[in-house]
Amino acid sequence: MLNGLVCPLDRANVDTDAIIPKQFLKSIKRSGFGPNLFDEWRYLDHGEPGMDPASRQPNPDFVLNFPRYKGASVLLARDNFGCGSSREHAPWALEDYGFRAIIAPSYADIFYNNCFKNGILPIVLEAATVGRLFAECDASEGYRLLVDLDKQTVTTPGGEVLAFEVDGGRKHRLLNGLDDIGLTLLQSDKIKAYEERRKTEAPWLFA
Amino acid sequence: MSGLTLFQKLWDAHVVHVESDGTTLLYIDRHLVHEVTSPQAFEGLKLAHRLPRRVDAAVAVPDHNVPTTDRSQGITDPVSRLQVETLDANCATFGIREFKMGDIRQGIVHVIGPEEGLTLPGMTVVCGDSHTSTHGAFGALAFGIGTSEVEHVLATQCLWQKPSKTLLIKVEGVLGRGVTAKDIALAVIGKIGTAGGTGYAMEFGGAAIRGLSMEGRMTLCNMAIEAGARAGMVAVDDTTIDYVKGRPFAPTGAAWDQAVAWWKTLHSDADAAFDSVVELDAAAIEPQVTWGTSPEMVTTVHGRVPDPAAAPSEVKRHDWTRALEYMGLSAATPIEQISIDKVFIGSCTNSRIEDLREAAAVVRGRKKADSVKLAMVVPGSGLVKQQAEAEGLDRIFLDAGFEWREPGCSMCLAMNADRLEPGERCASTSNRNFEGRQGQGGRTHLVSPAMAAAAGIAGHFVDVRTF
Repeated sequence: MLNGLVCPLDRANVDTDAIIPKQFLKSIKRSGFGPNLFDEWRYLDHGEPGMDPASRQPNPDFVLNFPRYKGASVLLARDNFGCGSSREHAPWALEDYGFRAIIAPSYADIFYNNCFKNGILPIVLEAATVGRLFAECDASEGYRLLVDLDKQTVTTPGGEVLAFEVDGGRKHRLLNGLDDIGLTLLQSDKIKAYEERRKTEAPWLFA
Repeated sequence: MSGLTLFQKLWDAHVVHVESDGTTLLYIDRHLVHEVTSPQAFEGLKLAHRLPRRVDAAVAVPDHNVPTTDRSQGITDPVSRLQVETLDANCATFGIREFKMGDIRQGIVHVIGPEEGLTLPGMTVVCGDSHTSTHGAFGALAFGIGTSEVEHVLATQCLWQKPSKTLLIKVEGVLGRGVTAKDIALAVIGKIGTAGGTGYAMEFGGAAIRGLSMEGRMTLCNMAIEAGARAGMVAVDDTTIDYVKGRPFAPTGAAWDQAVAWWKTLHSDADAAFDSVVELDAAAIEPQVTWGTSPEMVTTVHGRVPDPAAAPSEVKRHDWTRALEYMGLSAATPIEQISIDKVFIGSCTNSRIEDLREAAAVVRGRKKADSVKLAMVVPGSGLVKQQAEAEGLDRIFLDAGFEWREPGCSMCLAMNADRLEPGERCASTSNRNFEGRQGQGGRTHLVSPAMAAAAGIAGHFVDVRTF
């Protein structure tokens, strides 16, 4: 359950290059990408790895820099959010910044999948509903949404309850913080049996 | 009962286990690894004291960070160097085959897989890279994954997946002279949009696709992800089998015969039902040029930059306005009047031998326009480079004032030193024209290799068919 301040990013087709530009992908770590989330939109100067965020020039026209959205944990977005590169650095950066949920009419497949691996809930709502949330968010400073993964609902400050769909297995793993690999390894016998069968059917795959 | 699609056949052959809700544990035959999306996966394995399940199924290559200029001094950028060294160290630790920077076989991961016969028909192929869809050209099920899944595949040789819906892109007829697979790809994206294939596995079929070489099919499947489809694929035929035969890691002898017998079944049955079908007439496709910051913002070489006032929706009007501002273009400008500063011929989309031949055929005997600051040709692999040099293509480019570089991803995403400066405009054979993709403030126009070469000679976009 999350009662989060909402930040609206009013653009369609936001790609993962925009979410975290390529120069930051040179890191061999999984953390620390938050300060460079949306780097090229968020700062006026050019960012490189290792720069002190305090020394940067924030772009006052970029929504993430508006004082009213400081501390946001719900990102409101448009169609096809997270398209392009498969870089998991994109959800790492969103998570590191503090986002826990995204609401959009649609997502690119790989990004959508990557979110669940990193404690971010990508919620799909109808485009018209998302459009209404943009308007409400714009009209009311301090606009928050209550996200309940267990009940699969988003509740607006006005008390409107919006239901969303989420895959049962993903929901279970997200709620319980389960280790995917550990769960898969419980199927080791079946993996082994499959491999034995394929070694006969398609031996060149094991050469 | 209707027949099976190619996707269903590939899927069925790789099912290890199915949960009650349809979530499937799918077996992965080939895992391609590069330096950018793997370090955190290897670290995860180490922290959990896990070992790769099948090191023989994985192959690694550094491609994103490698320099395309003189390599005798190694990589000068210390951050890039550390990432490549980390890949080297991880491959050594775990015993994974790697084509290192000094190896003639080093190159872009999506070029070397097919080139070495590491990508084979019927395989499931994954890589921590969205352009893994490329390998679907072989009648394989190939898709990009994130780093958590890279770790998952290393540890288990499997992935949890749900079956995709199926989309057939049917291109009948014959392509016009000077029109290439890249133009088909951009025309498809222009028609269905960058999210048109989301949730689908996309199969390309029809006479025009059967007429394409393997290089062309790879270009097409490579761009499936730009239409939103994680996987693109083309049925196996003689073109596929002829390409694979004799490759270093392709099967031989009795195993070859056994493999070919199965591969020949890897096509959608005549009565297979797709969830969706989109048809295009090859003869109607003209050379394509993108004008905006998304691959769907595309028109023909004889088109004009569109007017945002004519956009079909409020959201699109907003996007087009922003794109024109970023691109420094005004509505109604004819595409042929757009001047360029740089040319980039390369990337996992268009850096194979056929692409270089097409570009060289345009460049031969001509000179780069003085107004073009840099025209660079980056072969997809050391072996492509060697082949091109054996055919004299390097001389054709060099004589025209183009640069001839070492293999890698280069200015497709500008993680190495090759990049656009703010405001520079580039005719590029790569796959993404996103804001900042080729360098902060850089302006990318996606085109075919022949169109990029022609723009480099003319200094602006021109119709390569009449050039």
